[in-house]
Amino acid sequence: MATYDWGFNALGLRDWCDAGTSEAPMSMADLLAETGNAVEEPFYAIPFPSLDALNEACGKITQTRDVVKGLEEGFLAIRPALRTILDPITQPLSWMLDGTLYLFTQAPWFLIVAMLLLVTWYATRSVSVMLFNAFCLSFFAFVDHFEPAMETLAVILVCTVISAIFGIPIGIAMSKSNRLQRMVIPVLDLLQTLPTFVYLIPLIFLFPIGESRLYGIAITLYAIVPIIRLTDLGIRLVDQDVIEAGNAFGMNARQKLSKVELPLALPNIMAGLNQTIMMSLAMVVIASMVTAPGLGVLVLRGIRNLELGVGLMAGICIVLLAVMLDRTSKAALSRIDRAKSKTS
Amino acid sequence: MIKNTPKVKLRGLFKIFGADDKSVLPHVQNGMGKEELLEKHKHVLGLQSIDVDMQAGEITVVMGLSGSGKSTLIRHLNRLIEPTAGEIVVDGEDVTQLSQADLRTLRQEKMSMVFQKFALLPHRTVQQNAAMSLDVRGMDKETQDTEARKWLERVGLGGYEDHYPSQLSGGMQQRVGIARALTANTDIMLMDEAFSALDPLIRTDMQDLLLELQLELKKTIIFITHDLDEALKLADHLVILKDGAVVQQGEPQGILLNPADPYIEDFVSDINRARVLRIRSITNPLKSKKFAGDVEADDNLESLIALSEGDTALTYRVMSDGEPIGELNMRDLVKALVPRISSTQAA
Repeated sequence: MATYDWGFNALGLRDWCDAGTSEAPMSMADLLAETGNAVEEPFYAIPFPSLDALNEACGKITQTRDVVKGLEEGFLAIRPALRTILDPITQPLSWMLDGTLYLFTQAPWFLIVAMLLLVTWYATRSVSVMLFNAFCLSFFAFVDHFEPAMETLAVILVCTVISAIFGIPIGIAMSKSNRLQRMVIPVLDLLQTLPTFVYLIPLIFLFPIGESRLYGIAITLYAIVPIIRLTDLGIRLVDQDVIEAGNAFGMNARQKLSKVELPLALPNIMAGLNQTIMMSLAMVVIASMVTAPGLGVLVLRGIRNLELGVGLMAGICIVLLAVMLDRTSKAALSRIDRAKSKTS
Repeated sequence: MIKNTPKVKLRGLFKIFGADDKSVLPHVQNGMGKEELLEKHKHVLGLQSIDVDMQAGEITVVMGLSGSGKSTLIRHLNRLIEPTAGEIVVDGEDVTQLSQADLRTLRQEKMSMVFQKFALLPHRTVQQNAAMSLDVRGMDKETQDTEARKWLERVGLGGYEDHYPSQLSGGMQQRVGIARALTANTDIMLMDEAFSALDPLIRTDMQDLLLELQLELKKTIIFITHDLDEALKLADHLVILKDGAVVQQGEPQGILLNPADPYIEDFVSDINRARVLRIRSITNPLKSKKFAGDVEADDNLESLIALSEGDTALTYRVMSDGEPIGELNMRDLVKALVPRISSTQAA
C-alpha cells in the first residue's frame, strides 16, 4: 500500500489505475511491504505528492525519470530542425574563431606583441598603459604561457567584436522603441541571471563538441548583455535639447543618429564595451569545459588533477590579462570622456 | 512699409496636450477653461485660438510668464510640436500640411532656431557647430568653413573657431548659437528665451548685438521672453500670452500706455517707464510757439528729464528726421511716468 492510495480510491480511479499494470515490476517499497517488515511510519514522514509518490499509488501516473527522458527525447527530436537553421548562421563564427586563433598562435611572437602594443597606443594614447601591457605580455612569454594567453585573447577579441556588431544595433533599436525595450529587457535579465554552466548544456547538444562556435556562442550570449543595455541607456540619456536642435535644423533620423545621438552616447557605449570584454574573459575560462582553448584549460587541469601550481600560474596570467584588458578599455573610455568633457 | 502679407500668419491655432486632443477640442472651442479641461477630461490646454501676424523684417516678441504657452507657440512655427487645430502660414504656405520631407526642407532653409540652453553639439568645435545647418544640407566643406567663419566673426567670436563649446562662457556659447542660426541664412529666426540663461550685463550686450545685426540683416525674428524690459527693448510687435491665449498684442509703447486688462497693468507697473517710453509715444500736436528746445522723437523720456534738469514748466518741440512732428510738455511727461494715470488719461 502506498501513501496516496486513498486519493485514487476516493475518486473511483482504482480500476483505471490497476488496469494492465499488474505485470509491472515491483518497486522496492512494494517488496519490503510484501516481506511484512513494513513499519507503521509517523505522520510527518508523509511524502510530497510528487510524480514518483503518486506512481506508487497508481501505475498510470508517469514517474519523474520518464518526464526527464521525455524532455531529452523532445530536445533531440527538434535538434535536426534547429541545426538546419543554426548551422549555416553560426558557421562564420567558427571560421572567425579558428582564423583568429590561427593568427594569434602561428604568427611570430614579436609581431603579435608589436601589433597589440600598436592597438593599445591607438586606443589609449597613454604611455603608462602601454608599458603595463608590454610588461604583461613579456610576463606571459617569460613563464611560457604566451600561447594559451593569446588563445584566450583571440577568443575574447572575436566574441567582443561579435557582441558589438549585434549588441549596438539592438541597443539602438531598443532606444527607439519602448515596446521593443519591454520585450528585450526580460531576455537580457534571463541571460544575465542564468548560471553560466546552464548555457553550455543545450549548446552541447546543438553543436558537435570540438567546433569552436560552441563556446563562441556561449561567451557571446553572456557578454552581449551590457553593451546592449548601455547603448540603449546612453541614447536615451542624450540631452533632449540637443536632439531638439537637430530637429529644428532639419536633420533626418539617420543624421540625428550619426551626428548627435551616437557621439553623445559614446561614453556609455564604451563603458558597455568594457563590461562586455570583462564578461567575455570570465566566460572563456568557464567555457574551457566545452573545449574553449587558452588559460582556462590550464585552470581546469589544475582542478581536475589537483595540480595546484599549474592552476595558480594560469590564474595569475588570467588576472594580469583581466587588468590589462580593463586598463586598456578604461583608458580608451576616459580618452573619449576627456574629449567630451572638454566639450560639455 | 507695405505690410499686406505677413511673413508668418497664425490663424485659430489650438494646442491641447493629451492622448485624445482632437476629441476634446470642441469643448475648448466652446469656451472651456484650462482648469476645467484638466479636471473633466485630463487634457492640458496649451494654446487657444491664437491669431498673430508676424511681419517680414520685424522682431515679434512673444511674452508671458512660465506656463503661458510661449515656448509651445514658437515650436509650432517649425512644427517641433504638432498643432491640434489651426493654420500656420509661412510665405503663403500652410506648414501644417507639409510632408515630413518638406518639413525638413522648411526647417533647413526657411527657419533657424536659437535655444535657451544653447543646445550646441558638445563633441564638435565652435566652427563645426556654426556650420551645422550647412552640414545637414550636405554642402561642401569649403562653403561650410567660409560661411561659419564669416558669421562667427560677425558675432564677435573670431579666433575661437577651434574651441569646444564647454571652453566658452555662457554668453559666448549663445553667440555660437546665434552664429549657427545666421549661417543657416534663413529669412526667419526663432529665438526661444535665447538670453534668459545669461546674466544681466551679458544679456544687455546680446540684446544690443541682436538689434545691431537686425539693422543690417532685416530678418523676421520671433523672440520669446518672460522679461518685459527685454521685450520692450527688442519688440516691433509685442504679443502677450496668458494661459495659452493672447491677451494683448500691438506696438509695445501702445501696450505700455494702454494696458488692456489688469493682468497687463500688473505686468507693466514695475517697469522703468522713463527709460522705456519714447518721446514719440506721448507727443501732442503742435500748439505753442515758444519752445525750450528740440528733442528727437525716438529718444526716451529719461534723456529729456536730464535735459530739462527736472523743470516741469518747459515745453519741447519734438523732431523726427529733422521735421517738427509735435510738442511735449514736461507735465505730460511726468504724468506718463505714473502707470494708472497714464492709462486712464490715454484711454
